[in-house]
Amino acid sequence: MAKVLVREAARTQVVGQGVPRLDAEAKVKGQARYADDLSFPGMLYGKAIRSERPHARIRRLDLSRVLAHPKVACVVTAKDIPGRNCVPIIYEDMPLLAEEIVRYVGEPIALLAAETREDAEEAARLASIEYEDLPAVFDPLEALRPGAPQVAVPTAAERGNLFNHMVIRKGDVARGFAEADVIVEGEYRVGYQEHAYLETQGVIAVPEENGIAVYGTLQCPFYVQRAVAAVLGLPLSRVRVVQTATGGGFGGKEDVPSQVAAMAAVLAWRSGRPVKVVYDREEDILTTSKRHPAIVRYKTGAKRDGTLTAVEVEFYYNAGAYQTLSSAVLWRGLVHAAGPYRIPHVKVDGYSVATNTVPCGAFRGFGSPQVIFAHEAQMDELARRLGMDPLELRQKNALREGDETATAQVLTESVGLLSCIERAKELSRWEERKQKVAEFNARERFRKRGLGVSTVMYGVGMGAKAPLLDKAGAYVKLEADGSITVAVGNTEMGQGAMTVLAQIAAEALEVPLSVIQMAPVDTSRVPDSGPTVASRTTTVQGLAVLDAARKLKAKINRAVQEILGCPAFVVEGRSFCDPKDPRRRVTLEEVARWMWVHNWDMGATGWAEAAPVDWDPKTGLGNAYFVYAFACHIAEVEVDILTGEAHVRGFWAVHDSGRIVNPKTAWGQVAGGIAQGIGYALLEELQAKEGRILYPTFTAYHIPTTLDMPEELVIDFVEAPYSGGPYGAKGLGEVPLMASHAAVANAISAATGGRLREYPALPERVLALLEGEK
Amino acid sequence: MRLKFRLNGRPVEVEVPPGRRLLDLLREDLGLIGTKEGCGEGECGACTVLVDGKPRLSCLTLALQVEGKDVLTVEGLAQGGKLHPLQEALVETAGVQCGFCTPGFLMAAYALLLENPNPTREEVRAWLSGNLCRCTGYEQIVDAVLLAARRLREEKGAES
Ligand code: FES
Ligand code: FES
Repeated sequence: MAKVLVREAARTQVVGQGVPRLDAEAKVKGQARYADDLSFPGMLYGKAIRSERPHARIRRLDLSRVLAHPKVACVVTAKDIPGRNCVPIIYEDMPLLAEEIVRYVGEPIALLAAETREDAEEAARLASIEYEDLPAVFDPLEALRPGAPQVAVPTAAERGNLFNHMVIRKGDVARGFAEADVIVEGEYRVGYQEHAYLETQGVIAVPEENGIAVYGTLQCPFYVQRAVAAVLGLPLSRVRVVQTATGGGFGGKEDVPSQVAAMAAVLAWRSGRPVKVVYDREEDILTTSKRHPAIVRYKTGAKRDGTLTAVEVEFYYNAGAYQTLSSAVLWRGLVHAAGPYRIPHVKVDGYSVATNTVPCGAFRGFGSPQVIFAHEAQMDELARRLGMDPLELRQKNALREGDETATAQVLTESVGLLSCIERAKELSRWEERKQKVAEFNARERFRKRGLGVSTVMYGVGMGAKAPLLDKAGAYVKLEADGSITVAVGNTEMGQGAMTVLAQIAAEALEVPLSVIQMAPVDTSRVPDSGPTVASRTTTVQGLAVLDAARKLKAKINRAVQEILGCPAFVVEGRSFCDPKDPRRRVTLEEVARWMWVHNWDMGATGWAEAAPVDWDPKTGLGNAYFVYAFACHIAEVEVDILTGEAHVRGFWAVHDSGRIVNPKTAWGQVAGGIAQGIGYALLEELQAKEGRILYPTFTAYHIPTTLDMPEELVIDFVEAPYSGGPYGAKGLGEVPLMASHAAVANAISAATGGRLREYPALPERVLALLEGEK
Repeated sequence: MRLKFRLNGRPVEVEVPPGRRLLDLLREDLGLIGTKEGCGEGECGACTVLVDGKPRLSCLTLALQVEGKDVLTVEGLAQGGKLHPLQEALVETAGVQCGFCTPGFLMAAYALLLENPNPTREEVRAWLSGNLCRCTGYEQIVDAVLLAARRLREEKGAES
């Protein structure tokens, strides 16, 4: 049974409080400055000239008319790049500008900078490019066949178009299936999911005396710094990256800003003027990363009593033309493929494959939602075959403390999955609701309802695939007037990180939150804290803040002792006083002043490294992540059997992310994840044909609106504290999306009596499921 | 061409080319960057402003169309350094995450409360369905509008 920390019992003042976000006031006033809100004197507008072909040799590139445009200040091709022609991510296969071969529609070939946005657009259309088309391939299974056109840059692939193949081999699946009384099998498919952050990609590169500064909407400033340094051939110390207010990321601003910034930087370097590159929505949808389309095959076995015996999984991710983050995405999918269940025999094979399509990348869940759709569908199919309640089947197999995961990692603490299931069952009034749904379906002819469940686990942090990145630094400084500045290298993209980190600092320093100010993120002034991804910020960056704050607190304490001349004191609000003589007191402002006057070092640095992880690529076994978060979601949907339209009526979500630092922002993060999951399962379809995205607009790509949200939405947290996190916190950000779509998908299947095997469940697809019922 | 209108209560007179969008006039010529562009094609609502009290998508409105009219943007909501109750409520309910959609939601909600000071939850949802938010899942935004509506009614009640 998981240990559940009752919120009231935790003795913290600021941590655990739903305080308002620090950035909310500037945002409601319209004062927050996003990328496109900044301008610099003499600024030009940059634009890429892009490939119109999915796979071709560039025969001739004629930019004379672009150059002749009176408002064009600068044109750049591959040979004008001062440093390396490469956007370094995990591999170095992606050029900034294609030289000979283009591998996807939209690949940048040349760049220009002009006086206005309109001039830049106009000039880009003047480029004339002659192509020699090459055979192209768009489907990952076809791309793996012998004789398929070679897309992948050979140095970045294991062989042919196979970027990466990764495995898990645990136990003996043949034996596991032999022991099973029931076996279910299925193939599941999903297409792209577009991030649809409301603010499109944008950066401004500004030449400075000693190098270059890049301002932009981004998650990972240190990735951008590295990419810009590479293309300009500059040392990192001469590249300064400053994050602007960021209008949503969800993974879409993990690696892509490196490319956008590198383009702007080369133009700025060549022209000697600031250059702004801001994508419009169409360019953003056409050319930036998305969630990998996938083909996923599962076979799952269970005993008559529901005990799982084996799972065998094979999945293919369509990575697009270059590696970008696909190897890491594949790895997370692999490790999460067996779900949050005790399964003795596990065999997983994951493949990421190059095709002539836009490179896919990070998107909330990072390769796990595709396999979660499948493993949760399998659980429901098993429940149906066994005549078991789907929640009960999950309860029976749920990982508990002391259990082994699919990678043979023993979970030693903080496993709140059973508590999540129990709480979700209680909040949704599961038994009663099942009854009501059955009554409704018996009564109504043209509308059917269904309930769906999902349970998930989430490995917090970078995991054993990239342990080098799982570190964070912080600098905390007491100013001479008693206010406090906190500098961190992770970023705020809307998720509420800065507020939560300030809460952690305030808690550790025993000061009111209002005293704390978070510094703007500028790579020249804040410690490299790794990327702001993998739901790691509260945990890893939070630990670094905690470390720095505790060190500063020790200094403040010493100063107070010297001032009051007593060994112990008590803290009352902003004052410190002698317990024996409460009139002897000193305020934080006075302490700060005293430290300043006495030439004390008033700053402290903190450092955190994630707990060690290990993993063997041959067997796929090891301690993949330092801790896991869990969730159980329940959805109730109603389908109109005449039109096929589906609507989510009710949703109950319970999460174990350890200690919740800010319940209000956590609530919002879960609600937002649920919305994205509803979109993924029901609405969001990005049609593509032969490597071309057909309708790159919000008119065609529907993300959920207010009307797509459930009328009843209940969110709660059970807190199984993690001893390695600040105040017991684990990660939360990605988990809500990971769980929600699968619950919706299962509810659709329950309502229609069919089995949804492909997203999204658009009306035609729902009607087909209903047809199948007859 | 010469354009005269009122912006956040003040008279403005500017020179604009005929094809200029209201959005660009506000953001680029007048420096009011609070109004956002999320799509430029009338689908996201991030660019919503009020023209004579009615919500308008400034990405689809020509600057010249506001001749002689009253335009209100997010910058005009707070009065005398005090947040408008809608702004206050959004801060309180945590209905702001990345904040990029926020100005558009504020303006749309402001227009709703002008028309219907006592909306139901369903009415708020329906009214705001033209504004996209990718972060919040909308619940806390809807909560904020209802909270602000209640406070505005109470303020009114107290005055009369
Ligand atoms: S920018 Fe005007 S509706 Fe999206
Ligand atoms: S808060 Fe980010 S789009 Fe609404």
